[in-house]
Amino acid sequence: MSRDRGSRLLGEGIIKGLAETARNFFGSYISKQRLTTVQYPEERIPQDESFRNFPFLVYDGSDPEAGLRCVSCQICEKECPPKCIFIEKSKDKKPDAVGKPQFYPTVFDIDVSVCMSCQICVEVCPFEAIKMDVKYDYPTESRFAALLFDKHQLAKSNDYYHQIHPTEASAVDAALAAEREAAATKAAAAAAKAAAAKPAATAGAPGTATASAATSTVTPPSDTTAGEPR
Amino acid sequence: MSISFLIIAVLIVGSTAAAMGLRNPIHCVLTLSITFGGIAALFLQLGAEFVGLTQIMVYVGAVAILAVFAIMMTQSRRGLMLGTFSRNALVGLLTAVAVFSVLGWAVLSQPVAGVTAAVSPVSVQQIGSSLMHEYVLPLELIGLLLTAALIGAIVIAMERKEDTE
Amino acid sequence: MTQTPDQVFVILKHWLLGYVPTSVHAIASAVLSILPLMVVFPLLFAITTLLERKGLGRIQNRLGPNRTGPMGLWQPLADGIKSLTKEDIVPFTADHIVHFLAPVLLVVAAFLAYAVLPVGRNMALVNLNAGVLFFFAVGSVVELAVFMAGWSSRSKYSMLGAMRAIAQMISYEVPLVLASVVVIMQAGSLSTVDIVERQATYTGIFPHWYVFTPWGFLGFILFMIAATAESNRSPFDLPEGESEIIAGYYIEYSGFKFALFFLGEYLGMFATSGIAITLFLGGWSAPLSVLTFIPSWAWFFLKLLTLICMFIWVRGTLPRLRMDQLMNFAWEFILPMALFNMVIAGLWRFMNPGAVRWFVCAFLILVPMFVLSALLKRKKKLQLRTYSFAE
Repeated sequence: MSRDRGSRLLGEGIIKGLAETARNFFGSYISKQRLTTVQYPEERIPQDESFRNFPFLVYDGSDPEAGLRCVSCQICEKECPPKCIFIEKSKDKKPDAVGKPQFYPTVFDIDVSVCMSCQICVEVCPFEAIKMDVKYDYPTESRFAALLFDKHQLAKSNDYYHQIHPTEASAVDAALAAEREAAATKAAAAAAKAAAAKPAATAGAPGTATASAATSTVTPPSDTTAGEPR
Repeated sequence: MSISFLIIAVLIVGSTAAAMGLRNPIHCVLTLSITFGGIAALFLQLGAEFVGLTQIMVYVGAVAILAVFAIMMTQSRRGLMLGTFSRNALVGLLTAVAVFSVLGWAVLSQPVAGVTAAVSPVSVQQIGSSLMHEYVLPLELIGLLLTAALIGAIVIAMERKEDTE
Repeated sequence: MTQTPDQVFVILKHWLLGYVPTSVHAIASAVLSILPLMVVFPLLFAITTLLERKGLGRIQNRLGPNRTGPMGLWQPLADGIKSLTKEDIVPFTADHIVHFLAPVLLVVAAFLAYAVLPVGRNMALVNLNAGVLFFFAVGSVVELAVFMAGWSSRSKYSMLGAMRAIAQMISYEVPLVLASVVVIMQAGSLSTVDIVERQATYTGIFPHWYVFTPWGFLGFILFMIAATAESNRSPFDLPEGESEIIAGYYIEYSGFKFALFFLGEYLGMFATSGIAITLFLGGWSAPLSVLTFIPSWAWFFLKLLTLICMFIWVRGTLPRLRMDQLMNFAWEFILPMALFNMVIAGLWRFMNPGAVRWFVCAFLILVPMFVLSALLKRKKKLQLRTYSFAE
């Protein structure tokens, strides 16, 4: 400010300003770095790995119906702060990815117009069945119906999960594998014990024994694995 | 009496009547500015370009604006509705009659023969040089008067500021 | 010098007139002269809106509109269709007739100004004896239109905008006229055609444009500043300051009437630029005598586009002034300088031509410039504002 004193001509600052804007004008044609605009629908800024928007349901294997990890325990439905999840539990049981009979959701709806992306459903899910998606643009023609996602829209494969959150997904996979292994060894031990006690029954159903062991042990470690990647 | 003259004359008379008869003062000023424009058109039709354009510049551009400014600054937002007849209508009527009779007398006392003679329009250059040669003293006097008025207006406007301080 | 491209429009008009019966010759001639003006300048308006948005974008390191058509070229068309199809809302308490008439009057007045603009050799619509005066007279009608728009909307914002606009226009009309008086003094004519013809002569290869004289240069600068204020362009866009009074006097207008205001404003800007070109930049004459083979109308529009770009550049650079700064600038700097410039122009007229005259006049212009700058700078001290009416 003090430099401005003195009997300089009026309008010197204006000329300086004009020079600055002229530099901007021509510079924007010469250097691409000046133009920070991203041409949105065609170009997108690469997303951070920890970016999240709305939840989706993970399924193993290739069949979204059969491989759905969700066992319809309805914890997420109860915990959801804005109550945007609606689940209807099945009456019967269906074998899950590893072949154990489980309940499954006949209806699993998430109203994304209500969802606030808090991730609590992911935190509380004991089965690693619900995860956060990264898709953020859902242009629709209707305000309500099109934003109520049903089970089929929500189901995405584990591969997709690996694609959007690689680190987190591999951690989850490792945890699940460890659990299964632990369950398998436990089941094997139990089976060995059972075989020792009652050798005739061993050949009956090793698969069911493994699966039931897995369900009983899966709850406590899953909480920690879900929190880990953050 | 050409058609264009008739149109302009009807416009002037009509808008003047409207300016007197309308109840909203802003409407009155707007119709009055139509009158000013019409008079300017009359001047232009007579070949007096300078006078006609100055008429528009001064009356439409300045006087009408000044009038609306005055009305806008002084009246409430709802808009003051004026009666068509004011209390001193009689005084106004007398003034109007007096002005009209004087003007009428002045016009009628001129020889009528001059109307038919073609008058070459006075160019702007002629007006300018006569202002600067023949009428230079009146011009200077008017300039002085207007400057004095200007300074007076500023002094009046400044007084209030001193009061508030 | 080839005459044909220069006079192509004049020849075309006469050729077309040949097919018209002589009884309606006068009307047909007028229509044929007016029609191009009514087409070309709105078209220029469309181009300018695009140019402005693109240019402002680049100045701010953005891209500007680039979605509609190749490089966003159809943007003006899209804007036009949009404003045409929008609902025309008139406020319930508005004065309907005046509300309707205001944009019409504005556009008519803006178009009238083009009547005296020589856009090329032999291409002025009318050669009025008092052409410059006509221009300013028509320009003063714009004020009335602005007032009508502001008052009839019955909105506080539009009222404030109108009052600001009128105060600003009246203040800057004085320096605008005074800045152009120097040219009239030198040319000895009020006719725009004559003024251009006086400037269209050459010594060597250089033209006699008035902007190349000390008083002409100063006059041009003052004229452009006043013209910016007159056409409500940034940095003098207080009447429509978006952040303060939303859009000023035309806030209550929507759809096509809004577009008309926009059109009127830009037409006003083109017209004042055009008259600045006529008065100071030699109208349609070429900047070098060797360049006269390029048609005169091309030169005019080239100069016009240059001035428009200047307007955009200034808009992209300067922040909006405050009302008191605006008024102080008009009355304390521009007006004294314009008056002084008239004295210099008189001196120029009576001195012998040559380098001495040039330097004496330039010196005499620079002295008050420095004095006024110093005075204004001394006044400019930061202090608490005092309010006379609030509190």
